[in-house]
Amino acid sequence: MKPFSYVRATNQNTAIQGVADRQSAKFIAGGTNLIDLMKVEVAQPDRLVDITQLPLSEIEINSDGLRIGALARNSDLAYNPEVRSHYPLLSQAILAGASPQLRNMATVGGNLMQRTRCYYFMDIAAPCNKRDPGAGCAAIEGYNRIHAIFGASDKCIATHPSDMCVGLAALDAKVRVAGSNGDRIIPIADFHRLPGDIPERDTVLEQDELIVAIDLPNSPFAKNYHYLKVRDRASYAFALVSVAAALEIENGTIKAARIALGGVAHKPWRAFVAEDILVGAKPTEETFAAAATATIREAKPYRHNQFKVEMAKRAIVRALINATEKS
Amino acid sequence: MNKTIGKPINRVDGRLKVTGEAKYSGEIPLENIAYGVIITSTIARGRIKHINTSVAEKSPGVIGIITHLDAPKLYARPNFGHEGAAGEKLAPLQNSTIYYSGQAIGVAIADTLERATYAASLVKVDYVVETPLTEMGKERDRAYPIEKFVEFTVEFALGDADAEFAKAEVKIEATYTTPTEHHNPMEPHATAAVWEGENLTVYDSTQYIFGMREGLAKMLGIPHANVRVLCKFIGGSFGCKYGLWAHTPLAAIAARQFRRPVKIVLTREQMFGLVGHRSETEQQIKLGATPEGRLTALIHQGISQTSIFDEFVETFTTTSRTMYAVPNLRTAQSVVPLNKGTPTIMRAPGESVGTFALESAMDELAWALKLDPIELRLRNYAEVHPARQVPWSSKSLKECYALAAEKFGWSRRTPEPGSMRDDRYLIGMGMASACFPMEHFPASAIARIFADGSVVVQSGSQEIGTGTATVMAQLTADMLGVPVEKVRFEFGDTELARSPGTVGSGTAASVGTAVHGAAKAVRAKVVALAQKDPNSPLYGVPEPDIETSQERIFVKNNSAKGETYQAVLARHNLEYIDANFDAKPEEEEEFAKCSFGAHFVEVRVDPELGEVRLTRVVGAFAAGRILNEKTARSQISGATIMGIGMALHEETITDPHTGRIVNDNLAEYHLPVNADIPPIDIYFIDEVDTHVNPIGVKGAGEVGITGIIAAIANAIYHATGKRIRDLPITPDKLL
Ligand SMILES: Cc1cc2nc3c(=O)[nH]c(=O)nc-3n(C[C@H](O)[C@H](O)[C@H](O)COP(=O)(O)OP(=O)(O)OC[C@H]3O[C@@H](n4cnc5c(N)ncnc54)[C@H](O)[C@@H]3O)c2cc1C
Ligand code: SF4
Repeated sequence: MKPFSYVRATNQNTAIQGVADRQSAKFIAGGTNLIDLMKVEVAQPDRLVDITQLPLSEIEINSDGLRIGALARNSDLAYNPEVRSHYPLLSQAILAGASPQLRNMATVGGNLMQRTRCYYFMDIAAPCNKRDPGAGCAAIEGYNRIHAIFGASDKCIATHPSDMCVGLAALDAKVRVAGSNGDRIIPIADFHRLPGDIPERDTVLEQDELIVAIDLPNSPFAKNYHYLKVRDRASYAFALVSVAAALEIENGTIKAARIALGGVAHKPWRAFVAEDILVGAKPTEETFAAAATATIREAKPYRHNQFKVEMAKRAIVRALINATEKS
Repeated sequence: MNKTIGKPINRVDGRLKVTGEAKYSGEIPLENIAYGVIITSTIARGRIKHINTSVAEKSPGVIGIITHLDAPKLYARPNFGHEGAAGEKLAPLQNSTIYYSGQAIGVAIADTLERATYAASLVKVDYVVETPLTEMGKERDRAYPIEKFVEFTVEFALGDADAEFAKAEVKIEATYTTPTEHHNPMEPHATAAVWEGENLTVYDSTQYIFGMREGLAKMLGIPHANVRVLCKFIGGSFGCKYGLWAHTPLAAIAARQFRRPVKIVLTREQMFGLVGHRSETEQQIKLGATPEGRLTALIHQGISQTSIFDEFVETFTTTSRTMYAVPNLRTAQSVVPLNKGTPTIMRAPGESVGTFALESAMDELAWALKLDPIELRLRNYAEVHPARQVPWSSKSLKECYALAAEKFGWSRRTPEPGSMRDDRYLIGMGMASACFPMEHFPASAIARIFADGSVVVQSGSQEIGTGTATVMAQLTADMLGVPVEKVRFEFGDTELARSPGTVGSGTAASVGTAVHGAAKAVRAKVVALAQKDPNSPLYGVPEPDIETSQERIFVKNNSAKGETYQAVLARHNLEYIDANFDAKPEEEEEFAKCSFGAHFVEVRVDPELGEVRLTRVVGAFAAGRILNEKTARSQISGATIMGIGMALHEETITDPHTGRIVNDNLAEYHLPVNADIPPIDIYFIDEVDTHVNPIGVKGAGEVGITGIIAAIANAIYHATGKRIRDLPITPDKLL
């Protein structure tokens, strides 16, 4: 690990200033991702700005929905009574991730910003465009079982590993950001990027921007929802494929639908085609299968992750069945 | 007083461990300690063109950096198993050649761990890169056959298995593959080297202190009398701490060069490369049988990996020569040298993966014959050792099948695959046999009774977490008739009596026999003193009439007539009295000696998503005398859990182009977690085996990991009708 300086920010502005003047300065929240990356020298910040003392950990319900402070711990969010009753999908998604110990440390902001688990990204001896732009991508010809089947580029085929963000994507969250040039609100669908030609950028967040909160609009999905995670062991493993499914069913017809997938793309993957098929249809297994089939039509697998296509299809159907059975 | 042998008494060191009092090798406080961090190669084949340490050397706190350019001469050792505790025979830093990725190419020494770590990262290396040989399947042309590995037979033929297989009415022929696996004990390898003049003391997390001493002395070119190795506690090991790997000699040379103690603790990443692994295997099984289910031929052959510079064989055919009564039997193995590290022993080396193949094939045969899998095994029950044609010292495998089947509820199983359901899940039940040979090594011990009545028993040995210290105290306590609390087992020091490595499930039998012998000898000495002493109530009483209990020696059936050990010692003005004992296994083996068992498994499979969950495991085992029901049970259930990992989760993945391990961390190398482990019920069959050794012990450390993998694969087949012959059985393979 490279030596670094450490400051504890006392307010938002000093926090932002602390990283704004240096590319190599970074915020640190729970540290569960950043420290690991520093240990393997993938991240080499020379200054850490600890933001955990900022008053950003409130979770508040308001007339527009829910505001979640960026420093709320993943556990606190998952077990928050308002979240459990109004946004149970989010709670389920968070609890499907990591381990209790990690969730106790991890923050909402850090979860949004966590980096890919691509093996080659994590190994500084391997060429990786995300870590070292222009170096090449070892995963495309290498071992790519955990890699993307949607939206990848010839520069990078990594996935975003978060479960929480898949839930947020299905719930149409908005990310509130403060920066040197003022505040802005970024819809979750635009927050994470596809790799394209600049895989080194995971998100649209600028160096001098701090995530301060997440807003969730009022949700009609507290009744018919399911977060399904398929993984290599029963707990404490990243998703091979995950699905956040939410339905609003009225008089036996689907009035609104949300499907987002995890473990399959550089960002939480909203399956808009599936949602279009579902809305207005009856919640039957045939409808679900049609929605799933339409989703995977765009899939482009690699050598070791072909199975994800079929797995994604079946997982969508299963998540929808489970969501329907919840009511 | 009640005897303690067999009872589920608590570990003598349990409290120390859970309170953090136990000091592991990396935690021994040593004055003026410096920290070493190993620099490893990032390529798998080629050589170092330049290695530049100038920036690193100037980094704060750095004491020095050693590379092949300036390392002192180290001597290579013989191949595995031939002398000392060989891990890899390569002596580190002797030249610029790179044989595998992760090979040690230098060591950075600094005043803190952080500074040493940083300095190591500043060493710049340019390589001449050659294309590494990384894929066993692709390099199979380079395979060469093995006749024997260490003392283990590999190539074997009885009758004419090929001709009989060709003629057989019912045949099974299948290939099974298992991946590279890493041991991943919780405690990483740790070593601290301290020189005093010509003498070296090493605190090392090793399963074999004496082997470490000899291997290290040889490598350093010094007499082994100058080396002392200590190891008080080990946080797990499973085989990877048996050998001598690069970090121990590197700490020793750094400590000598910089004239201060040097400690090296491996990182988790380095645990995937520097300290061995279980080789991948590709195994072919051919079974020929009559329509009644009698085996007529068994052929087991295949390949495993070795390194370019060493020969290590994952002896997966062993159980096939042991398990079933088959008149025509042939086994053969070859190894393929690759640009990977030297594999090493990992819990039930050979037997664990070998029984996956054999016991899966038996299940395939049972299904082909429409026979119950237990019935098939009973029809081929080996009443004598099939390859050696000698009787068993004891064998209660039939009893294991019967007991485990009953406890499991095997009779509720409907044979047809896919016939048992629970809502959308498929339920499967599978079973397999377990078998592991009894190992008995020479060992010595000393037992000493002190004037205050306390007892110390000593043998070099190691406590790798199995309960050794506890059962040795029990054996001594029962022999002397004193409570376990009065006995201290001292171990983990080459200054103590010579003992074997903690391997092959042989410690309870080997060190146990020595301890038992020493305790018996010291008891006899006390008795002899009393018998000859007119002031003793036992004056003239013949030995067979004497009994010990309640810390006293007395006349059988007349406990009032006797005295305490303390009284005897006091009268003779003795501070202590002691005796030693050298236990040697018999040369001539008239009996075949194995622990046996049976695993029964129930799985629940999601047929659409491919996820497998175990719902319960029941096992029955016959391992001779069980010294401590609690520690033995945790050995078997721990081994079972490790087998669950091998069946469903564990796999080390190497990038085929670069030869680098891609999942060298515990987030991506999947070990089973709590949620993967169902209730595991273990039963022991009482066995009195008078042939194995004076204490009747056969060993329970590894038998639990044999058979379990096949039992799971067989249950998955029963649930789904899908026969997965390639480990681990991950969801993608069941879609
Ligand atoms: C072994 C393991 C298993 C895991 N399994 C899962 C899993 O199954 N599913 C899952 O979803 N996650 C999993 N995780 C990831 C875990 O969820 C993340 O590590 C965690 O959410 C990161 O949060 P943190 O607060 O610790 O972030 P940190 O490590 O502190 O920071 C991560 C990044 O976010 C930036 N950052 C933090 N806060 C802000 C902010 N407010 N504004 C701007 N930037 C910010 C930091 O600069 C840094 O770059 C796992 C992690 C580990 C180590
Ligand atoms: S997939 Fe992306 S992160 Fe992985 S090696 Fe390629 S460029 Fe790097």
